[in-house]
Amino acid sequence: MLPSGLKAEKFAAYPPEARRLATANLQALQQLPLSFVPGLLRELIDYDFKFPTERDSIDRELINLRALSPKEIQSWFDEFSKLSLSSKLETFDWVNYPSQFVEQESAHLWTTHQLDSFRKAATNYGDRLRAVSPVVPLPMRRLGIAIIGQGVDKYEGQLFRNLRKHGTCFRQLNPENGLDQLLAAAAVRAKAHPVPYGHWYVDGGQPADHDPILTLVQYRALEPVRSALLTYMEKEIAHPGMGPEELRTRLARLLPSDLGMDKAGDTVLDRFQVRLFTEGSGTQIFSTAFTQWTARECLRRAQPLTLVVRYAPRQRQRPMNELLSSSHANGDLDPTESLIDGDMGGYYQWINQQRLPGSEQSSFLVWFEGHGEALAIGPSLPRGAESNSNIDLAKLLSLALS
Amino acid sequence: MDQSTFSRPLGAEAAAMRLLSDREVAARLSRSRRDFLRDAAGVALGTTFLGSSHFLRGQTAFKKRKVVVITFGGGARDQETFAPEGQENIPYMLKELAPRSTFFTQVINNGILGHYVATASLATGVYETLNNFSAIPPEHPTVFEYFRKDLKRPPSDAWVVAPSNGFNRIGESECRSYGQGMGARVILPKHLLNAATSGSTTDYDHLLRDNYETPLYAPQIGGGEFELRQLETILKLSVDDFKAHARMASSPDELSVYIAKRLMKQESPSLLWITMHDIDIAHSGAYSLYIDAIRRTDRLCAEMWKAIESEPEYAGNTTLIILPDFGRDADQDPGGNGFQHHRTGDPASRTTWMMALGAGIKEGVICDRPLQSIDLIPSLGAMMGFSAAQSQGTPIKELR
Repeated sequence: MLPSGLKAEKFAAYPPEARRLATANLQALQQLPLSFVPGLLRELIDYDFKFPTERDSIDRELINLRALSPKEIQSWFDEFSKLSLSSKLETFDWVNYPSQFVEQESAHLWTTHQLDSFRKAATNYGDRLRAVSPVVPLPMRRLGIAIIGQGVDKYEGQLFRNLRKHGTCFRQLNPENGLDQLLAAAAVRAKAHPVPYGHWYVDGGQPADHDPILTLVQYRALEPVRSALLTYMEKEIAHPGMGPEELRTRLARLLPSDLGMDKAGDTVLDRFQVRLFTEGSGTQIFSTAFTQWTARECLRRAQPLTLVVRYAPRQRQRPMNELLSSSHANGDLDPTESLIDGDMGGYYQWINQQRLPGSEQSSFLVWFEGHGEALAIGPSLPRGAESNSNIDLAKLLSLALS
Repeated sequence: MDQSTFSRPLGAEAAAMRLLSDREVAARLSRSRRDFLRDAAGVALGTTFLGSSHFLRGQTAFKKRKVVVITFGGGARDQETFAPEGQENIPYMLKELAPRSTFFTQVINNGILGHYVATASLATGVYETLNNFSAIPPEHPTVFEYFRKDLKRPPSDAWVVAPSNGFNRIGESECRSYGQGMGARVILPKHLLNAATSGSTTDYDHLLRDNYETPLYAPQIGGGEFELRQLETILKLSVDDFKAHARMASSPDELSVYIAKRLMKQESPSLLWITMHDIDIAHSGAYSLYIDAIRRTDRLCAEMWKAIESEPEYAGNTTLIILPDFGRDADQDPGGNGFQHHRTGDPASRTTWMMALGAGIKEGVICDRPLQSIDLIPSLGAMMGFSAAQSQGTPIKELR
């Protein structure tokens, strides 16, 4: 089926809010090319479980699509329309399985050497959509904090190498109560602007004391979920004929309740956490990979005003089969290598933060936990500079936000 | 779509990059490698060269010439290798190999960026479209088939040492006019180790990692791979000796290099192809493990060159080619997650480099015009005297 053949009843299996939106925008969807629509439906089908900012984005996109004239539709989607898809893709049930369609479409585009064209079309569309979207001012400057190196007594290598040119490196901070100070500052921000899912604390191990106003994702507490997922994967792999694509499809269908999560929990957050394990690579194995990916997805999806990310030591590398086995879930820890992982993770957190609105005014801080080394980026802080000030983390944060 | 919410340009630097076409970005990557090599390794640009390996040309030379190809299945990016900030990770390639090589700064892979399919494409000179996660042969004839058929070489003269079980069909294609019986013999050291230890691998688990791209996938072995009984007859290695060496190896690639060196000593194949895989641990998202693997691969490449120089059958008549099969995603590409994957198809993931050194290769030359990865096989044909008839690449004139 092509999008022109869409009917309201096709969305019968969608959750209520998603169904309402899809049927309300049926006419707009019917005009779009097949190479594009399933990508949009992939987002829309999960509308009921999306963060508020994601819902706003989808709403804005649909409003824009509705407002386009047929001539404008042709102009906006010309590059997508030129992509050639297979008849197999056309007959796929892309309304109910948009994610699986997108995976197969991706494989088709790679195979037929059309991926670069798709990439260009998608980038141009994103730029165009952004240009017509209203700029909503943030209630406060966005702040990112990465805390790395937990458990490392001494490190001889150079930290924050990728970020140095963007901010000021501090070498002689007073680290005392640094973690408490940073988490307290995050809580103060959350209380000042209590936006739903607007202020997060991600911990790659056991979280420190913090105000419950912060949205918490922690690796340690998700251990039963991770374990249940690994058991599920081992069982699925044993099925004859199971390949990576089929396994991925099955993982994508998993719900929080399938992995033992409390049905009375926060459905939006629970789904987000399950996706971290089912869509992330390495998140099931290394806490540092989990932490970095969580920060990325949190920024991409929830676009928080405050994000505190604390890395914890990951397990030491062992054979992949053993690492993936739920019966060998925990091994020796490797704090120094985890510091290197976290250092790169902090850089990626800053990159992903800079993709969000308000980036020119945002602030970022990365701290070597328990030590006097940190790097701060902020509108008023010099770039590529060093400082020997003996201030504490609270004061440094004030500087970064000033 | 994701693109609509998460593809903002990243500051002035990234915004400038966004204004460049993919081709321009690739060229910029190439210039970065060239500038760095010139500064750090004293390598000259263009046709200037410090010296040239002497090599006898003509029919006699074709018979003697040997080629060793090392590919990295698990691309490495500039910033962790040939860019200034990556230099600490590749001391051997930089200081020992690059000054003796012709270095190609811009090798572009326009095919599918999966390791098996990309290696198959390298080996056939055609952008193959096979399923990356299936143990199936390439559609087009491989370099091994061209080499053996045209030059009437025996099976023992072309070998592949591959890290992953999925590579067991890389040796020969399904092409009717070539195909079965005309390809290379394939050794999968991990498979060999598993057989040698009868599946009881407690001491060797660290060498049996497979397929980081989709770590849960481990295809059943089939086809004409190296059999355990040949350990003694071909490699002249007892199972106990093999196990003892394996116990000392720190990674699958170390085991591969050990087997490759053993092959060189015992079989002296004229065409030896080694695919390394340790770097692909990057898919796990642990940056430290990715860096560790780059450093190990750098050391192993130098070890292979030393073996070439010290083996009488290889010294003076062998060309070594080293290239990653492709790159990895750029940090700034919103569709990826930086070093972790190679999924975006951006210029950083498509553009890589190639180093050639040894017999017939000019030393200290940098070539920064764009090449395609499928150009390798017709170039090997020109070097060794066979015709890569179905390859879609173009011979590289610097490789003769």
